[in-house]
Amino acid sequence: MERTEAELIAAVLKGDAASFEPLIEKYSPRVFATARRYARRESEIEDIVQEVWLKAYQKLGSFRGEAPFEHWLMRLAVRTCYDFLRSHQRNRESAFSDLSEPEDDWLDRFISQPRAVREDAEAAQQLVQRVLQHLSPPARLVITLLEIEDRSVKEISKLTGWSVPLVKVRAFRARAEMRKILAKIAKDKYL
Amino acid sequence: MSSMKLMDLQKKLIAVARANPPSDRVPPTFEKRIMALIAGRPVQDIWAVWAKALWYAAAPCVAVMLLFSGWAFIESPKSNQTPTVDLAQQLDNTLLAAVDQSNNSAQ
Repeated sequence: MERTEAELIAAVLKGDAASFEPLIEKYSPRVFATARRYARRESEIEDIVQEVWLKAYQKLGSFRGEAPFEHWLMRLAVRTCYDFLRSHQRNRESAFSDLSEPEDDWLDRFISQPRAVREDAEAAQQLVQRVLQHLSPPARLVITLLEIEDRSVKEISKLTGWSVPLVKVRAFRARAEMRKILAKIAKDKYL
Repeated sequence: MSSMKLMDLQKKLIAVARANPPSDRVPPTFEKRIMALIAGRPVQDIWAVWAKALWYAAAPCVAVMLLFSGWAFIESPKSNQTPTVDLAQQLDNTLLAAVDQSNNSAQ
Protein backbone atom coordinates (compact mmCIF):
# COMPACT_ATOMS: atom_id res chain seq x y z
CA MET A 1 0.00 0.00 0.00
CA GLU A 2 1.28 3.45 -0.90
CA ARG A 3 2.12 5.60 2.08
CA THR A 4 0.79 9.14 2.40
CA GLU A 5 3.08 12.17 2.45
CA ALA A 6 2.46 12.70 6.15
CA GLU A 7 3.49 9.08 6.85
CA LEU A 8 6.63 9.42 4.74
CA ILE A 9 7.62 12.65 6.50
CA ALA A 10 6.99 11.13 9.92
CA ALA A 11 9.15 8.12 8.97
CA VAL A 12 12.00 10.41 7.82
CA LEU A 13 11.81 12.34 11.07
CA LYS A 14 12.08 9.07 12.98
CA GLY A 15 15.33 8.31 11.15
CA ASP A 16 14.17 6.35 8.09
CA ALA A 17 15.99 8.38 5.42
CA ALA A 18 14.84 6.01 2.63
CA SER A 19 11.29 7.34 3.04
CA PHE A 20 12.50 10.63 1.61
CA GLU A 21 13.08 9.13 -1.84
CA PRO A 22 9.39 8.95 -2.91
CA LEU A 23 9.08 12.65 -2.06
CA ILE A 24 12.09 13.47 -4.26
CA GLU A 25 10.63 11.40 -7.12
CA LYS A 26 7.24 13.08 -6.84
CA TYR A 27 8.29 16.72 -6.57
CA SER A 28 11.58 16.91 -8.51
CA PRO A 29 9.86 17.81 -11.82
CA ARG A 30 8.29 20.90 -10.21
CA VAL A 31 11.53 21.93 -8.53
CA PHE A 32 13.44 21.48 -11.82
CA ALA A 33 10.87 23.57 -13.71
CA THR A 34 11.22 26.32 -11.10
CA ALA A 35 15.03 26.25 -11.18
CA ARG A 36 15.01 26.41 -15.01
CA ARG A 37 13.23 29.77 -14.78
CA TYR A 38 16.26 31.32 -13.06
CA ALA A 39 19.30 29.43 -14.35
CA ARG A 40 20.27 28.42 -17.88
CA ARG A 41 23.13 25.96 -17.59
CA GLU A 42 22.03 22.44 -16.76
CA SER A 43 24.86 22.07 -14.23
CA GLU A 44 23.64 25.19 -12.35
CA ILE A 45 20.06 23.94 -12.44
CA GLU A 46 21.08 20.59 -10.96
CA ASP A 47 23.09 22.36 -8.25
CA ILE A 48 20.05 24.47 -7.30
CA VAL A 49 17.71 21.49 -7.15
CA GLN A 50 20.25 19.48 -5.18
CA GLU A 51 20.54 22.33 -2.66
CA VAL A 52 16.75 22.55 -2.38
CA TRP A 53 16.48 18.85 -1.53
CA LEU A 54 19.36 18.91 0.95
CA LYS A 55 17.81 21.91 2.71
CA ALA A 56 14.39 20.22 2.63
CA TYR A 57 15.83 17.13 4.27
CA GLN A 58 17.75 18.99 6.94
CA LYS A 59 14.90 21.38 7.74
CA LEU A 60 12.14 18.77 7.59
CA GLY A 61 11.81 19.07 11.37
CA SER A 62 10.50 22.62 10.89
CA PHE A 63 7.69 21.45 8.56
CA ARG A 64 4.59 21.62 10.76
CA GLY A 65 2.15 20.03 8.34
CA GLU A 66 -0.28 22.97 8.51
CA ALA A 67 0.15 23.66 4.77
CA PRO A 68 0.78 21.01 2.09
CA PHE A 69 4.38 19.77 1.80
CA GLU A 70 4.48 21.02 -1.79
CA HIS A 71 3.88 24.65 -0.69
CA TRP A 72 6.64 24.38 1.93
CA LEU A 73 9.00 22.87 -0.63
CA MET A 74 8.23 25.51 -3.26
CA ARG A 75 8.94 28.28 -0.74
CA LEU A 76 12.31 26.66 -0.15
CA ALA A 77 12.88 26.32 -3.92
CA VAL A 78 12.02 29.96 -4.70
CA ARG A 79 14.25 31.23 -1.90
CA THR A 80 17.13 29.03 -3.05
CA CYS A 81 16.69 30.33 -6.61
CA TYR A 82 16.73 33.90 -5.29
CA ASP A 83 19.96 33.18 -3.38
CA PHE A 84 21.39 31.79 -6.63
CA LEU A 85 20.44 34.95 -8.55
CA ARG A 86 22.00 37.15 -5.87
CA SER A 87 25.23 35.16 -5.82
CA HIS A 88 25.48 35.29 -9.63
CA GLN A 89 24.41 38.87 -10.18
CA ARG A 90 27.90 39.91 -11.25
CA ASN A 91 27.50 37.65 -14.26
CA ARG A 92 24.67 39.83 -15.58
CA GLU A 93 25.47 40.84 -19.12
CA SER A 94 26.14 44.52 -19.69
CA ALA A 95 25.68 45.13 -23.41
CA PHE A 96 23.04 44.24 -25.97
CA SER A 97 25.32 44.69 -28.94
CA ASP A 98 25.67 40.92 -29.15
CA LEU A 99 22.02 40.23 -30.08
CA SER A 100 22.00 37.23 -32.40
CA GLU A 101 20.78 37.57 -35.95
CA PRO A 102 17.48 35.73 -35.34
CA GLU A 103 16.85 37.95 -32.30
CA ASP A 104 17.55 41.04 -34.42
CA ASP A 105 15.18 39.77 -37.11
CA TRP A 106 12.44 39.02 -34.58
CA LEU A 107 12.73 42.54 -33.18
CA ASP A 108 12.61 44.04 -36.69
CA ARG A 109 9.48 42.03 -37.46
CA PHE A 110 7.94 43.11 -34.16
CA ILE A 111 8.56 46.78 -34.99
CA SER A 112 6.99 46.47 -38.43
CA GLN A 113 4.17 44.03 -37.61
CA PRO A 114 3.74 43.54 -33.84
CA ARG A 115 0.78 41.17 -34.16
CA ALA A 116 2.35 38.98 -36.79
CA VAL A 117 5.39 37.83 -34.81
CA ARG A 118 5.27 34.32 -33.36
CA GLU A 119 5.44 33.81 -29.60
CA ASP A 120 6.92 30.34 -29.87
CA ALA A 121 9.87 31.47 -32.00
CA GLU A 122 13.25 30.39 -30.67
CA ALA A 123 14.60 33.92 -31.16
CA ALA A 124 11.82 35.42 -29.05
CA GLN A 125 12.57 32.98 -26.23
CA GLN A 126 16.26 33.84 -26.38
CA LEU A 127 15.44 37.54 -26.28
CA VAL A 128 13.23 37.06 -23.22
CA GLN A 129 16.05 35.19 -21.48
CA ARG A 130 18.47 37.95 -22.39
CA VAL A 131 16.19 40.65 -20.97
CA LEU A 132 15.51 38.65 -17.79
CA GLN A 133 19.25 38.13 -17.30
CA HIS A 134 19.76 41.88 -17.23
CA LEU A 135 17.24 42.40 -14.43
CA SER A 136 18.38 42.71 -10.82
CA PRO A 137 17.65 39.59 -8.70
CA PRO A 138 14.54 40.98 -6.95
CA ALA A 139 13.19 42.36 -10.24
CA ARG A 140 13.73 39.06 -12.03
CA LEU A 141 12.08 37.10 -9.24
CA VAL A 142 9.05 39.36 -9.05
CA ILE A 143 8.60 39.59 -12.87
CA THR A 144 8.83 35.79 -13.11
CA LEU A 145 6.36 35.12 -10.31
CA LEU A 146 3.91 37.95 -10.98
CA GLU A 147 3.92 38.37 -14.75
CA ILE A 148 5.09 35.05 -16.15
CA GLU A 149 3.71 32.57 -13.60
CA ASP A 150 0.69 34.84 -12.98
CA ARG A 151 0.77 34.49 -9.19
CA SER A 152 -1.00 36.89 -6.82
CA VAL A 153 0.86 39.42 -4.66
CA LYS A 154 -0.21 37.48 -1.57
CA GLU A 155 1.19 34.23 -2.97
CA ILE A 156 4.47 35.93 -3.83
CA SER A 157 4.62 37.36 -0.34
CA LYS A 158 4.31 33.83 1.09
CA LEU A 159 6.82 32.34 -1.33
CA THR A 160 9.49 34.98 -0.87
CA GLY A 161 8.93 35.99 2.75
CA TRP A 162 8.59 39.65 1.64
CA SER A 163 5.70 41.75 2.98
CA VAL A 164 2.77 42.51 0.62
CA PRO A 165 3.70 46.23 0.32
CA LEU A 166 7.32 45.25 -0.42
CA VAL A 167 6.17 42.91 -3.21
CA LYS A 168 4.09 45.76 -4.70
CA VAL A 169 6.99 48.19 -4.54
CA ARG A 170 9.37 45.67 -6.07
CA ALA A 171 6.85 44.82 -8.81
CA PHE A 172 6.55 48.51 -9.70
CA ARG A 173 10.33 48.91 -9.79
CA ALA A 174 10.78 45.66 -11.73
CA ARG A 175 8.42 46.76 -14.52
CA ALA A 176 10.25 50.09 -14.74
CA GLU A 177 13.59 48.25 -14.81
CA MET A 178 12.37 46.02 -17.62
CA ARG A 179 11.15 48.98 -19.67
CA LYS A 180 14.54 50.65 -19.15
CA ILE A 181 16.30 47.55 -20.48
CA LEU A 182 13.99 47.38 -23.50
CA ALA A 183 14.63 51.08 -24.16
CA LYS A 184 18.35 50.37 -24.07
CA ILE A 185 17.92 47.53 -26.57
CA ALA A 186 16.01 49.87 -28.86
CA LYS A 187 18.63 52.59 -28.48
CA ASP A 188 21.50 50.19 -29.20
CA LYS A 189 19.71 48.77 -32.19
CA TYR A 190 18.14 51.77 -33.87
CA LEU A 191 20.40 54.69 -32.96
CA MET B 1 11.00 53.50 -30.33
CA SER B 2 7.99 55.18 -28.66
CA SER B 3 7.02 54.37 -25.08
CA MET B 4 3.81 52.74 -26.36
CA LYS B 5 5.89 50.47 -28.57
CA LEU B 6 8.11 49.64 -25.58
CA MET B 7 5.06 48.70 -23.51
CA ASP B 8 3.85 46.49 -26.36
CA LEU B 9 7.26 44.86 -26.62
CA GLN B 10 7.27 44.25 -22.87
CA LYS B 11 3.81 42.64 -23.07
CA LYS B 12 4.87 40.55 -26.06
CA LEU B 13 7.99 39.27 -24.32
CA ILE B 14 5.99 38.38 -21.20
CA ALA B 15 3.53 36.53 -23.45
CA VAL B 16 6.46 34.68 -25.07
CA ALA B 17 7.74 33.62 -21.64
CA ARG B 18 4.25 32.46 -20.61
CA ALA B 19 3.75 30.53 -23.81
CA ASN B 20 7.01 28.63 -23.34
CA PRO B 21 7.16 27.20 -19.81
CA PRO B 22 10.45 25.55 -18.88
CA SER B 23 10.84 21.82 -19.08
CA ASP B 24 10.28 19.75 -15.92
CA ARG B 25 12.59 16.97 -17.09
CA VAL B 26 14.53 15.30 -14.30
CA PRO B 27 17.95 13.80 -15.10
CA PRO B 28 18.01 10.01 -14.79
CA THR B 29 18.80 8.62 -11.32
CA PHE B 30 18.73 12.13 -9.87
CA GLU B 31 16.88 10.93 -6.75
CA LYS B 32 19.57 8.29 -6.16
CA ARG B 33 22.23 11.00 -6.22
CA ILE B 34 20.33 13.05 -3.63
CA MET B 35 19.79 9.98 -1.46
CA ALA B 36 23.54 9.28 -1.54
CA LEU B 37 24.22 12.84 -0.38
CA ILE B 38 21.60 12.61 2.32
CA ALA B 39 22.99 9.38 3.77
CA GLY B 40 24.68 10.17 7.03
CA ARG B 41 23.19 13.64 7.37
CA PRO B 42 20.83 13.97 10.31
CA VAL B 43 17.46 15.72 10.08
CA GLN B 44 17.65 18.91 12.10
CA ASP B 45 15.26 18.66 15.03
CA ILE B 46 14.34 22.19 16.13
CA TRP B 47 13.65 21.10 19.72
CA ALA B 48 17.02 19.38 19.90
CA VAL B 49 18.71 22.55 18.63
CA TRP B 50 16.92 24.60 21.29
CA ALA B 51 17.72 22.09 24.02
CA LYS B 52 21.38 22.12 23.01
CA ALA B 53 21.50 25.93 23.01
CA LEU B 54 19.80 26.15 26.41
CA TRP B 55 22.13 23.50 27.81
CA TYR B 56 25.15 25.52 26.59
CA ALA B 57 23.66 28.68 28.14
CA ALA B 58 23.14 27.04 31.54
CA ALA B 59 26.80 27.18 32.69
CA PRO B 60 27.31 30.93 31.99
CA CYS B 61 23.96 31.69 33.68
CA VAL B 62 25.03 29.79 36.83
CA ALA B 63 28.39 31.60 36.79
CA VAL B 64 26.69 35.01 36.54
CA MET B 65 24.26 34.05 39.31
CA LEU B 66 27.14 33.01 41.62
CA LEU B 67 29.00 36.22 40.82
CA PHE B 68 26.02 38.38 41.74
CA SER B 69 25.29 36.32 44.86
CA GLY B 70 28.88 36.78 46.04
CA TRP B 71 28.78 40.48 45.31
CA ALA B 72 25.48 40.90 47.14
CA PHE B 73 26.84 38.93 50.12
CA ILE B 74 29.98 41.10 50.35
CA GLU B 75 28.13 44.38 49.89
CA SER B 76 25.22 43.58 52.26
CA PRO B 77 25.22 45.51 55.62
CA LYS B 78 26.47 43.58 58.64
CA SER B 79 23.69 42.15 60.80
CA ASN B 80 24.66 44.21 63.89
CA GLN B 81 24.51 47.48 61.96
CA THR B 82 21.13 49.20 61.93
CA PRO B 83 20.33 50.63 58.54
CA THR B 84 20.16 54.40 58.48
CA VAL B 85 17.14 54.27 56.19
CA ASP B 86 14.41 51.72 56.73
CA LEU B 87 13.46 50.84 53.16
CA ALA B 88 10.55 48.61 54.17
CA GLN B 89 8.99 51.40 56.21
CA GLN B 90 9.46 53.87 53.36
CA LEU B 91 7.78 51.50 50.92
CA ASP B 92 4.86 51.06 53.35
CA ASN B 93 4.47 54.81 53.71
CA THR B 94 4.53 55.37 49.96
CA LEU B 95 1.98 52.67 49.20
CA LEU B 96 -0.37 53.69 51.96
CA ALA B 97 0.01 57.43 51.45
CA ALA B 98 -3.22 57.69 49.48
CA VAL B 99 -5.17 55.74 52.11
CA ASP B 100 -3.80 57.90 54.90
CA GLN B 101 -4.71 61.05 53.01
CA SER B 102 -8.28 59.93 52.41
CA ASN B 103 -8.63 58.98 56.12
CA ASN B 104 -7.36 62.42 57.20
CA SER B 105 -9.72 64.26 54.87
CA ALA B 106 -12.69 62.15 56.10
CA GLN B 107 -11.95 63.16 59.68
